[in-house]
Amino acid sequence: MSNEGVIYRISGPVVTATGMKAAMYDVVRVGEEGLMGEVIELHGDKAVIQVYEDTSGIRPGEPVLNTQETLSVSLGPGLLTQIYDGIQRPLPTLEEEMGVFITRGVDADAFDLEKIWTFEPQVAVGDEVVAGQVIGHVQETETIVHKIMVPPTVGGVVKSIESGDFNVTQTVCVLEDGTELQMMQKWPVRTPRPFQQKYAPETPLITGMRILDFLFPLAKGGAAGIPGPFGSGKTVRQQSLAKYSDAQLVVYIGCGERGNEMTEVLDEFPHLIDPNTGKPLMERTVMIANTSNMPVAAREASVYTGITIAEYFRDMGYDVALMADSTSRWAEAMREISSRLEEMPGEEGYPAYLSSRIAEFYERAGRVETLNGDDGSVTVIGAVSPPGGDISEPVSQGTLRIVKVFWGLDAGLARQRHFPAINWLNSYSLYPQSLDQWFRDNISQDFPEVRTQISGLLQIESELQEIVQLVGSDALPTDQQLTLEVARMIREFFLQQNGFHDVDAYCDIHLQYQMAKAILSFQDAAKSAMASGAVLNDVVNVPARSDLMRGRFEKGYIDNIADMVKKMTDEIADTVEEN
Amino acid sequence: MTGKEYRTITDVKGPLVFLNKTEPVAFGEIVTLRLSNGTIKNGQVLDTSDDLVIVQVFEGTSKIDRESGVTFMGDVFKLPVSTDLIGRILDGAGRPRDGGPEIVAEEKADIIGAAINPYSRQSPNDFIQTGVSAIDLCTSLVRGQKLPIFSASGLPHNDIALQIARQAKLKDSDEEFIVVFCAMGITAEEYNFFRSDLERTGALENAVLFVNLADDPAVERIITPRLALTAAEYLAFEKDYHVLVIYTDMTNYCDALRQIGAAREEVPGRRGYPGYMYTDLAMLYERAGIIKNKKGSITQFPILTMPGDDITHPIPDLSGYITEGQIVISRELHQQGIYPPINVLPSLSRLMGSCIGEETTREDHKSVSDQMYAAYAQGRELRGLVAIVGEDALNERDKQLLTFSGVFEDKFLRQTRDEDRSIEETLDLCWTLLSSIDTKYLVRLDQKWIDKYHPDNRA
Repeated sequence: MSNEGVIYRISGPVVTATGMKAAMYDVVRVGEEGLMGEVIELHGDKAVIQVYEDTSGIRPGEPVLNTQETLSVSLGPGLLTQIYDGIQRPLPTLEEEMGVFITRGVDADAFDLEKIWTFEPQVAVGDEVVAGQVIGHVQETETIVHKIMVPPTVGGVVKSIESGDFNVTQTVCVLEDGTELQMMQKWPVRTPRPFQQKYAPETPLITGMRILDFLFPLAKGGAAGIPGPFGSGKTVRQQSLAKYSDAQLVVYIGCGERGNEMTEVLDEFPHLIDPNTGKPLMERTVMIANTSNMPVAAREASVYTGITIAEYFRDMGYDVALMADSTSRWAEAMREISSRLEEMPGEEGYPAYLSSRIAEFYERAGRVETLNGDDGSVTVIGAVSPPGGDISEPVSQGTLRIVKVFWGLDAGLARQRHFPAINWLNSYSLYPQSLDQWFRDNISQDFPEVRTQISGLLQIESELQEIVQLVGSDALPTDQQLTLEVARMIREFFLQQNGFHDVDAYCDIHLQYQMAKAILSFQDAAKSAMASGAVLNDVVNVPARSDLMRGRFEKGYIDNIADMVKKMTDEIADTVEEN
Repeated sequence: MTGKEYRTITDVKGPLVFLNKTEPVAFGEIVTLRLSNGTIKNGQVLDTSDDLVIVQVFEGTSKIDRESGVTFMGDVFKLPVSTDLIGRILDGAGRPRDGGPEIVAEEKADIIGAAINPYSRQSPNDFIQTGVSAIDLCTSLVRGQKLPIFSASGLPHNDIALQIARQAKLKDSDEEFIVVFCAMGITAEEYNFFRSDLERTGALENAVLFVNLADDPAVERIITPRLALTAAEYLAFEKDYHVLVIYTDMTNYCDALRQIGAAREEVPGRRGYPGYMYTDLAMLYERAGIIKNKKGSITQFPILTMPGDDITHPIPDLSGYITEGQIVISRELHQQGIYPPINVLPSLSRLMGSCIGEETTREDHKSVSDQMYAAYAQGRELRGLVAIVGEDALNERDKQLLTFSGVFEDKFLRQTRDEDRSIEETLDLCWTLLSSIDTKYLVRLDQKWIDKYHPDNRA
């Protein structure tokens, strides 16, 4: 059999070809227009292909050409600041080629192949290089050095190496066995890039969001799921994480979401400044935008495209964060294709392999020793959009089984305009154990204890609230009323955070600790004042406390907070004398 | 291929016709069927292979037999478009329904429509004043947005949609919208209501109507909104018009989708709706927006009736995940005799942040909106408590909030069907109503706005 076959059947995005030599996941060109597709099933002589572009107007009998390659991404200098569709075609190039509407049959290079980069070698002739080893680097953006690595499948002794200006397809290094190395390499998206070993994560990914960093921390190299019904702020959450997390690189996948929202991200990011480096955020970002009405098969591929790019930067020794919004749309793409294949469905029509695909995807997160012995990580944060907000559905459940951090968004909180609308009672993180040492060493020795006290208070509050619902808060003893007041302070002063406020949107982790301590100071001061006869109402209403709470919207808060707390405790102590 | 008639029908099932042994037929190709009694029906290819072709028949399969002739037209479904469309009434398949001539095509546009490149879109940020206080204040509409009305049977969503269509305009501008109205499976009575209202106000001259009524074939509803959106795209992006697309009722559309899925023996998703319904709905809703360097825009107002008032039903649920917010109509408010019965609490406009403020509406808009919302939400919650403990058990603040929630519904929400309130009138009204609450309880209002706009300080 040859590489060329003919179309036998077309059913939406699924095309069947006959007479073609094909292997699973081969990339093929379908029809006269050469639409890109991928072999996903073989039946005797027939190959079933999912096509990444619209198939209207294609007829049986048109040719199909097998490229014999698997779906791959191009990796090299030029990736950063790009905006891709699900199969790594740059959207600005598509606009040039086919206008504002996405039509079909257009091929586009992932980045400018002609652009000249200054390559600086890091190895010399005669050196032995192994797979993954860095042979040189390119200053890709102001903040990011793009390390040029030996592809994971080769190795040998350097016969010659160049220095100077090259484009990504020119050979910069030749090995003794004749292998020529360029700055660009390719990697199949469905195969995880190799590494030496996985480590246990021990550094937190600092996001600047108090409820996340303080109560439910995520480790660099960890995986988190954010399920929530529509309108609960998933997308805003994902965007904040992309903006403020202290990862060195961010891959943002807009998977099957709204066009206007994606445009907002595309408009906004180039103007945002990274709080950690002071440089434009876009310089550390790769974006993938496959909106809900773009071809469904490309949506299925988009998460793999994204994570492969993330792994590539991980292999250079970077900490990479990947946001996928939303993984439910990815799962739905799988369901749609599966039903076209007439596969036996599992739960709610999703394919039976749904949970293993989800697990495989999140398992590509991790902190690893790279092939060259460096230390890099990929952190994955996946949004989930459960129908009706009910997380008993298969995608949420498949995600929860694998991720170690669960940030549960709550429609009720969103309606009360409590943002971030993360429910503190049902969210969890399994990382504190491995991260506590870091917090002790870097923030404060008693950090984990403070956290336990804060979450304990919230727990007690929820129990007390049940009683309050029945008898009203006045019926409680004053010490319990104080507890309610402290918990309210935790909610309004600490957990609520205005993602659109210049100052409040990002909260330094040291400041987070100070703020938590301030709440506990209030509790202690109030308790001792009340033991000496002060009245709850006076204690709660000392002016210095509202100054303290409002202060978080002002710049320089971290320098003033200690004084403000002192002033508050003094005023609380004074309430004793008033009586 | 065109012109050659096949008589190879093997099976007819629901809205689908199966034939074998044809020349290669394109996926999505348009088909005409000639019945033995001479009737002509139209359809579209849903699945094609060397041996078998599946055709979805828009007019229903009644009277089709194995002798019926099938002709493939060699092209996918296209709508003839030109500015002559404006002022016309067409049926659900795009044929004149008003007795007028066929549309003379300036061009023929593929009705499936291509996705707008997200990179080529322009962020919507022009505030549309609808004159309806609840919408303008709490769920501000933006040009290029898709904002559905989540309603239920027996509620006045049609009146609200029409009022919006009549009154919608950019603030401080007389620029009018072209209304593209798409009816899917609504009753003749509802249709007449829409039509006579558009006629009464003269809006019909600036409208295009695509009408598929309850007794028209259900399958035709699959293409009706696509025709409407194709016309809208042509008018907006080729002819620079600002287009407002109202389609009603999305629930009937989804039911037609389910009907075809069932006939194809597809594996159903939730409640029997096809697994691809999200993608399918997105292909409609996402055809809203503004494109860089083009003058026109498409704003969408889909109306859907929630079966059993259930917002978690797949139709409102999937819609909510695609659209940029929702306006929720409340049966409770309707029964209290309040028009428009918009429940602002679950309603939302995701693009509101980009279109309100000093430059576009008024500097205090955000503050006032938050305060009105918060006070009403708390007042509503207190109603539940009062039912248990009685009003006397409330403290002063709660009493004021409780009273406010009634005033909010009676004075703020309530307006007549012809009342067109400017955004300034709406905001001033809010201040008047809020002044019934002690200023110290109005924690969401900035002090500078209180100093400037509070009635006590203005007089």
